[in-house]
Amino acid sequence: MSSELFVPDPEGRVPDASGYFGAFGGKFIPEALVAAVDEVAAEYEKAKADPAFAAELADLLVNYTGRPSALTEVPRFAEHAGGARVFLKREDLNHTGSHKINNVLGQALLTKRMGKTRVIAETGAGQHGVATATACALFGLECTVYMGEVDTKRQALNVARMRMLGAEVIAVKSGSRTLKDAINEAFRDWVANVDRTHYLFGTVAGPHPFPTLVRDFHRVIGVEARKQILERAGRLPDAALACVGGGSNAIGLFHAFLPDSGVRLVGCEPGGHGVATGEHAATLTAGTPGILHGSRSYVLQDEDGQITEPYSISAGLDYPGIGPEHSYLKDIGRAEYRAVTDDEAMQALRLLSRTEGIIPAIESAHALAGALEVGKELGPDGLLLVNLSGRGDKDMDTAARYFGLYDEQGEGAK
Amino acid sequence: MAGNIEGLNSVLAAAKAENRAALVGYLPAGFPTVADGVRAITAMIEGGCDIVEVGLPHSDPVLDGPVIQTADDIALRGGVRIADVIRTVGEAHAATGAPVLCMTYWNPVDAYGVERFAADLAAAGGAGCILPDLPVEESETWRKAAEQHGLATVFVVAPSSRDERLARITAAGTGFVYAASLMGVTGTRESVGREAQDLVRRTRAVTELPVCVGLGVSNAEQAREVAQFADGVIVGSAFVKRLLDAPDLESGLDAVRTLAGELAAGVRGRS
Repeated sequence: MSSELFVPDPEGRVPDASGYFGAFGGKFIPEALVAAVDEVAAEYEKAKADPAFAAELADLLVNYTGRPSALTEVPRFAEHAGGARVFLKREDLNHTGSHKINNVLGQALLTKRMGKTRVIAETGAGQHGVATATACALFGLECTVYMGEVDTKRQALNVARMRMLGAEVIAVKSGSRTLKDAINEAFRDWVANVDRTHYLFGTVAGPHPFPTLVRDFHRVIGVEARKQILERAGRLPDAALACVGGGSNAIGLFHAFLPDSGVRLVGCEPGGHGVATGEHAATLTAGTPGILHGSRSYVLQDEDGQITEPYSISAGLDYPGIGPEHSYLKDIGRAEYRAVTDDEAMQALRLLSRTEGIIPAIESAHALAGALEVGKELGPDGLLLVNLSGRGDKDMDTAARYFGLYDEQGEGAK
Repeated sequence: MAGNIEGLNSVLAAAKAENRAALVGYLPAGFPTVADGVRAITAMIEGGCDIVEVGLPHSDPVLDGPVIQTADDIALRGGVRIADVIRTVGEAHAATGAPVLCMTYWNPVDAYGVERFAADLAAAGGAGCILPDLPVEESETWRKAAEQHGLATVFVVAPSSRDERLARITAAGTGFVYAASLMGVTGTRESVGREAQDLVRRTRAVTELPVCVGLGVSNAEQAREVAQFADGVIVGSAFVKRLLDAPDLESGLDAVRTLAGELAAGVRGRS
């Protein structure tokens, strides 16, 4: 069982020994963090070789998280996707409500192995923060979560959940007061407290080995989904879709399909008010290669290398960087990335809610909106797999305001 | 035109010959404005700094505490560009003759173009660069450009650096070694811990380069303490704070000059 739940990339294609996926990745960190980051890498290598680690993680994933997650066909939603068949990988049904728990449990076990007693994390939508606070409660670890002040307001439910779980939540007031700034502040904390603290990084970005390690802990998504869709549909999908902020749920879904050249891998980026308006966070669509948060990848920046402020209605995707492996997959042409606007995502959120009784997170709704488009391109013979990375409870305030649900006379109430 | 690494080396050698530590001051360019920033940096040198580091403000200063973050914000909101930073280096050097280094994060240099940055910094009379988020493993392209243009590459070492890494880092560096006195970001501290002295001792064991200590030093007493065991004392946030706290620019410049004078006395206080 454990062999199917913890499945590091078996072929070891990328990254190379320096943590590079082609031209992207690496380790751009201050000297003060080199020893700690190297320790994480060394401990991860030891853990991978230790059957007891895989067994303990597998037990947690089954009996705590509830894996494998379901694969749900959504025919009423699919009527709006050109009649293609659409299956959702239900990461929203995991304990804590998103895919984030997969990585968090793996890294929490590493934290214990390293003998560290304190965990810090960044969070955008709060899903990674909630998952981290959950694992820290489970393992008796001290927990501090950094969250941009803007995000603490738009994701207030998750702030309350983290505090209920015993975590300290620090609202970050620097910069754009969103995910990027939360990561900056977490790095500052880590430099000062590295002796006893593990930085439980939440996405497939950051310095090597984080892009690899986080990917490996999420590979289970695609490994399960590939098997499930073969059983249910009798063939591989024409396309696998996921939203991309930092890119963790997308890499988790995509990775098991990399060798399947007939499966298009489609990442849906936050297009905000539209890429042309400049108010977006579509890093792969509109960015250029640069260094942010410890690795080389596409970033949103000006010609002086200053990171520009991203925008998305979705706190979890509101990030001007992207994991280096996505940059690599884009450049070699193995994956494609398209921007989905706020409006398209919100319409898809409402559509799935009303056709299937599933309220997705705004993040995941970007992938659903992408599926509506790709389905129309493929037509009725198409078969789509969409990662439903999280549930939408946390977004009900944003959605209610967007659709005017608080106002009986509001247009959206119709 | 070649950069001023020789000027940097000779100032450090002169301080050593005087049996004192060198005083290294830091201020970001463009703070509070580009023109007034040049005045502040000049005041720092006139007050007694032997060497200065001009910060190239970055949108994401992950190694800086709140004081320098605030100054960087002010500079960036004021529209400071890399060309302004290089001009600041040139004007400060021309006005005082002191060696002037640039300190920044790697992405601005990468975006500007490594070769172009080194060439422009050298042409302005710059003495070198400190790039704290560029580890030695990723530094080859920069080091080649720096060497070609007569610029020093100053690496940062930390209390967590193991001895074999210290040897590797210092072998690749030139000018001096920046020893971080503690594990943390920039900012003033109540005291400079014993970690700094231990790190300087371990660094000295593997290199002939001068070792300057930074992070946390803010007053003459701390400067004197660090000067007992280090070749140089680096002060940044305390200067920035003088400018931030001043009611107007002139009194801020006076405060910067006064602090530099006090620190200069401190680095001469070897017992």
